[in-house]
Amino acid sequence: MAYLELDRVAKQFGAQTVVDDFSLSVGKGEFISFLGPSGCGKTTTLQMIAGFLDPSGGAIRLEGKDLTAIHPAKRGLGIVFQSYALFPHMTAAENVAFGLEMRNVPRNERAERVRAALAMVGLAGFEDRHPRRMSGGQQQRVALARALVIKPSVLLLDEPLSNLDAKLREEMQIELRQIQRTIGTTTILVTHDQNEAMSLSDRIVVMSQGKIEQIGTPQETYERPASAFVSQFLGKTNDFAGTIDRTATPAQLVAGSWSAPAPAGLSGPVTVSIRPERIGFGDAGLHAKIVTRIFQGNHWLFQCDSECGPAIVIRQNDGTAQPAEGESVRLTWHPQDMSMRARAGA
Amino acid sequence: MSMAAEERSARAPWALTAPALMLFVGVLLIPLAMTVMLSFHDWGQYKGIEPVFILKNWHEIATDPYYAEMFWRTFRIAILTTLLTALLGAPEAYILNRMDGRWKSFFLLVILGPLLISVVARTLGWALLFGGNNGLVNKLLMSAGVIRSPIPFMFTETGMVVALAHVMMPFMVLSVWAALQRLDPQIENAAMSLGAGPVTIIRRIIMPQIMPGVLSGAIIVFSLSASAFATPAIIGGRRLKVAATLAYDEFLNTLNWPLGAAVATLLLVALVLIVVGSNALIERRYAEVFR
Repeated sequence: MAYLELDRVAKQFGAQTVVDDFSLSVGKGEFISFLGPSGCGKTTTLQMIAGFLDPSGGAIRLEGKDLTAIHPAKRGLGIVFQSYALFPHMTAAENVAFGLEMRNVPRNERAERVRAALAMVGLAGFEDRHPRRMSGGQQQRVALARALVIKPSVLLLDEPLSNLDAKLREEMQIELRQIQRTIGTTTILVTHDQNEAMSLSDRIVVMSQGKIEQIGTPQETYERPASAFVSQFLGKTNDFAGTIDRTATPAQLVAGSWSAPAPAGLSGPVTVSIRPERIGFGDAGLHAKIVTRIFQGNHWLFQCDSECGPAIVIRQNDGTAQPAEGESVRLTWHPQDMSMRARAGA
Repeated sequence: MSMAAEERSARAPWALTAPALMLFVGVLLIPLAMTVMLSFHDWGQYKGIEPVFILKNWHEIATDPYYAEMFWRTFRIAILTTLLTALLGAPEAYILNRMDGRWKSFFLLVILGPLLISVVARTLGWALLFGGNNGLVNKLLMSAGVIRSPIPFMFTETGMVVALAHVMMPFMVLSVWAALQRLDPQIENAAMSLGAGPVTIIRRIIMPQIMPGVLSGAIIVFSLSASAFATPAIIGGRRLKVAATLAYDEFLNTLNWPLGAAVATLLLVALVLIVVGSNALIERRYAEVFR
């Protein structure tokens, strides 16, 4: 049963359509990511849920009630902003207490809940610090505590980790996931970082130019991208031009010198997408030459020049000998590891 | 590095700032010191200025209640002007900051407009509108039967405060505006998402953050109003003197330069003390916002 429901939501600024026909139902306790490049409409969608923008069309419902009819101050959502938007003239504790004050929570209970919220984000003992005397990561935690202490029905995170350095970001990702699991708040994360979306979410909504490209679990969107955009945006991928020949028996899928029995469905020119880590070196398959070989510790990265254009191959560093630069190889993969879509033209 | 080069690089900052420093010393420090010295000289109707060291002028200022009244009026007018500009200027800056790009630049120009016109012209404008029976506004209101006698404006403290506030408004608006620029653009949304209404947002979130801007604007307006000359001279004239016009009269009409110098020095010292003192207080109080 849908807890938060977006039904054909749209947003236009003048003649420009920023979000178009956005439908999504979010289950209670689910962690959803809106993933896409900047300008894809993900933040606009989040702001419509938050109430800072009114949708031009469609409906947003929370537990069946129309959310757009409720003033943003009364929606009871917790929001963490990209810039954190902490109140610089208040201490960490005062920042966290603000939402409780607005709800007229009695002083004693307020103090207790503030203390607990700050402890939960690992900031016990920082109650009297002002935000400007805290590091980026600490400010981030205060912002999270401030959003969570009001026990929001939905937690909205607007690129919350993008201002942190790589190492801290990874730590915060793990922590964010643990906190969300523990308290079970329904969460929507807006991000342009595919790793962040994949490591945190139950489901990812991949967006491009105001439209939903795909909704699915991280595995689904990665393994079975619904469009060229999704496969390109989520990790590295190889696209090869291929053809399905239904005149042969059995029908054949051919890409350069690589071929396999064709699956049912498509016919004619197709694009074959295959992740670099699913390609192996074999005795048969696509002819290719290794252009560069890069050692990256736990894996090797090969850039190859194949008969179907440039290709990337990633091999685990499992101790076996790897081909050298300039060497001729054959690229091969299992048909079930690739995804396929019709190719226009040709 | 050789000794000569070291010496040269040590002297370079002095050499480079020398022209400006000489100008500063020549046109500010020396005349200032001479004014202070002048305030200790003697003066008589027939003997003129006598370069001796006496406390006569200072004693006169300290004991004659005329001067106390004058300084009290000066600071009362400056304080009221400051309050008026803060009460009108802060909301003005806030509204300006929320406007769309094109309107914002248009109204910014409107607000800064007064700075482009001479203080004398602006003050005379007020005199034309409200000056006695012939003032435009007074005439209109009287012929419409709204008022029976003209609104007293000329030679009143109210008139002086209104005219000064008009002159000083851009300084307050710009100062508050600068503080508003430093606000996180999402801060109001953050407060709103936590359940705060518009009044609470302004009172609890916006006000405390722009307070340093209001206060630094207040310092500028206060010191400029307390030492203003043109506006009090036109609105107040001889009938309603303030410290600046008093010093002017002592210099140019009574020709009692030493007494005028004492008044000017006292005004300067009082202003410096007030400005430096309140600045220190503000910086301590709002340390967290200034960081």
